[in-house]
Order: sequence, then C-alpha cells, then structure tokens
Amino acid sequence: MIRVIAAGSTTVQDLGRPGQVAVGVPESGALDPAALRRANRLVGNHEHAAGLETVLGGLVLETAAGRWVALAGAGSLTVRPHRTRGRAHPASVAVWVPPGARIEVDAPHIGLRSWLAVRGGFDAPLVLGSASTDLLCGIGAPLVDGDRIRVGTAIAGPLPPVDIAPQPSPSDDMLVLRAVPGPRDDWFIPASLASLTRERPVESRSNRIGVRLGGEPVLRRPERADVELPSEGTVAGSVQIAANGLPVLFLADHPVTGGYPVAATVVAADLPLAAQARPGQSVRLRFVRSPLARGPA
Amino acid sequence: MTWRACGDRAALWEARDLDEVIALHSVLDAERKSGALEGVIDLVPAARTLLVRCESSAALVRAIDRIDVVRSTATPPADESTGAEIVVAVHYDGEDLGEVADLLGLSRDEVVRRHTATGWRAAFTGFAPGFAYLVPDDPTAWQVPRRAEPRTSVPAGAVALAGGFGGVYPRASPGGWQLIGHTDLVLWDLARTPPALVAAGDRVRFEIARGTR
Repeated sequence: MIRVIAAGSTTVQDLGRPGQVAVGVPESGALDPAALRRANRLVGNHEHAAGLETVLGGLVLETAAGRWVALAGAGSLTVRPHRTRGRAHPASVAVWVPPGARIEVDAPHIGLRSWLAVRGGFDAPLVLGSASTDLLCGIGAPLVDGDRIRVGTAIAGPLPPVDIAPQPSPSDDMLVLRAVPGPRDDWFIPASLASLTRERPVESRSNRIGVRLGGEPVLRRPERADVELPSEGTVAGSVQIAANGLPVLFLADHPVTGGYPVAATVVAADLPLAAQARPGQSVRLRFVRSPLARGPA
Repeated sequence: MTWRACGDRAALWEARDLDEVIALHSVLDAERKSGALEGVIDLVPAARTLLVRCESSAALVRAIDRIDVVRSTATPPADESTGAEIVVAVHYDGEDLGEVADLLGLSRDEVVRRHTATGWRAAFTGFAPGFAYLVPDDPTAWQVPRRAEPRTSVPAGAVALAGGFGGVYPRASPGGWQLIGHTDLVLWDLARTPPALVAAGDRVRFEIARGTR
C-alpha cells in the first residue's frame, strides 16, 4: 500500500480506453504515452501498467514496503528515507525506494507533466477496460491527500540493465506544433487562419480536456458568421475555434463530438509536446501537408 | 472530394444527410467487427458526417480507399430502429420552454403535447457519455436554434432541443441546447451494464411525469 501524503494535481493514467466513442467516452490515457511506457519499462512493468500523471510536481507518496520507481517527463524525483534530507534523481532512471521512505515528484522548472511508475503498477479499478481517470466523463477522480493506493502485479520481467534511458527534454522555448489545416479551415478568413502560425500564450485554464490559447480571435468568413456547424466527430489534436474566436487544442479527455469548427489538427506525434506546455509559454502551429494529399499519379 | 483530413491519422466524410451516415456507419461497423478495416480505431457518426480515426497515416489512406469502395455499394437499412423503446418521464419545467413555444409559434401546452406524441429515435451518440442525439419522426417540426450564449452548467437529466434534434443531458455539463424540462431517469451509470440507457438504434418516447401539472 502506498499512502498519498500530498496529492498535488495527479490522476491515475494508463494507455487509455480507445474504441468507446459509441458511448461518448474519449480515449483518455497518459498525455505522453511514450513517457509512461518508458517509466514502466524501466521498472520491469508491462507498458500499459497504470502510472500517476502529475502536473507541476508536488506529489508526495510514502511506501511501507521497499519499491522500484521511475519518473518520465518533466522534473526530477527525490527519495527521502525516514524523513531525512533525501536524494534527488533525474527522470528516466529506475530508483530504489527503501521501506518507509517518501517519494517526492519535484516541481519542474521546465515543462509541465511527469509520469511516475512503480514496479507492479498502481492498482486502480478498471472502467470500460482502463484505469485512466477521465475528467470530462467523471471516470475516476484526481488523488487527494490521505488516499491509499494498492500496488498491482503488472510485472513483465526483471528490471532492464540500463543506467538511464534517453528521453526528449521539455523545452521552455516557443513550442512549434505541426498541424494539418482543417477539417473546417474553409470557415475562416485565410489571413486570420494564418494567425495560428504566430505565437499565442497558453492560458492557465488549460487541462487534460484541452489547452486554451490566447491571442487574437480567429475570425470566420462573413458568410459563416452566424452559421451553426452540425456536431461532428473530433480527435485529440483538434484546434477548435470557440464562439469567442479563441483556439482550444483538444487533448486526451476531449469531447467525442463538437459543434464548433476545427480550423486545424495537430499531428499525433506532437501531442506530447502540447502536454508539456506551461501556462504563459508561447505556442504556434506549423502547417503541414494533409495525409490525403497524394502525389501525381 | 468528400473527405477532409483531421490531422495525420483521421478524416471526416461528409454525407448528404443523416440517413446516408447511418447507412454507411452500420455497414462499416459490421466490416470492422468481422475483422476487416484493420488499423481503424474509431468510427464516429454524426448529423452529417462520419469520422474515421486510425492508428497511422498509412492505415488511414488504406481505410479510406476501402470505404470508398464500400460506399458505392451501401444501401440504407430497411429499419434503423433495431433496439428497445425507452420511455422518459419528463417534468416540463425547462427555462427555455416559453422561448421554444415562441420560436415554434405554439403554446407551451402544445409544445408539451407534441413532444410526448412524437416518436423519437436515437441516431448517434458522442457529445457526452450516455447522450444520444434523438431524431423526431418529423424533424421539420422541431427546428429551434441552439442558445446564443451556452450555459456553463446544464443540470443532469435536462431534456433539451436544438437544430432538429432532441436529447437528454446525462450529467451536469456546459451546454447550448434549449431546455424544456427534466427527467429523474439515470441515463449514464457506470455500475450498470451497459452504462448507457439509450444506445444508437433505440426508440424513445416522452411522457409527462406523474405529480406534475
């Protein structure tokens, strides 16, 4: 059993529940699936084992038994045996936590989110096949101080004999996200659509449902000004333009359908970058070719 | 071209109307369940479109090619209502009932009478868990727009209308539909199997809840 001393802003996440759109439930899951897989592999878990996704650190756990843990993503980990001074460890390395010690996910200076894996996985109830918390649908809930979490048995094998696994580091520079224009790019004035390729700040009201961007409103063509879009399917990566003209970049807990036009869609590979965007950081899109554009015959 | 890319692994197909979406979706859903359409993660039908989401760009291109072939041979199903009939008891006390009556040129009582007399079928889901878009037998009679200012919170059980569709909000959520009443029925319950009370293909009938006027 692991005790939550300080919950921070933390949810249980595994690799999500794809294929539930028929009941209106999105995929959810770790916002950087590769990071969770890496943390899991480092402690010898199955890649899909549930980990803890935490925003801006501050998570403090206490373990009665000795355990192997690993962190991926932003920041570092401090292990504090018997409330002594403790020792910091970088992300992407398996760390032994002695019995009775505390594990602290340090607040990152750069980046936003981290994923903590424990050998065996965090044992949370499965809903529609996944332990992932979904803030939109109300499946599961964020951790609170005093929670007790069981450790499971999702062990794939021994710890791999690596000292450290290379990981891409979050950046505090302007984030450039590749995006395919559309599906409703033709609803917008071209010059205004192009403003998505210039920097916009990340707003603090962002969360797992979407990253809210500030900056100038993206304006519709006059003939679309009062038109309602019949609700249509959306994906993680959709940059939906709300009624006030401001963009929302959908993440894993996004609504399965939406009634506002999507001007552009960030490519799947760049979504983990969006997961590291801190409020106030600058983001811009770089338009890339549609996968449906075929070369000359 | 009727396909619009949604990023690098998904695309939206635009249909003539809802019937065309439903016809294609049911054929593709059957294909997928029989093991064809590899690499397709989701098919999301909606009012005028079908979204196809895949594991990769390559899988998307293959899926679209296959769907274009299937599309040319798909015929509308004989009867879209394959499921159960669910009766929803409604307290017709919604904040927007007066405005809906004005928009339709009817009295409030007449709106209620028609809402309960009409047959509704669940065409597709997706806005929220447990939410089904209900198509009335006569869609032209129910054309009210969404509210200009969506509400930040619509209560669970709210019975609503917008754009020719009916619906019931399963949980409190932001929403822009016109509210004409509320039901005590639980539409989404994770402890139940299946968790959603109304699924695509079911028919829904509304009635005035006992204990109201």
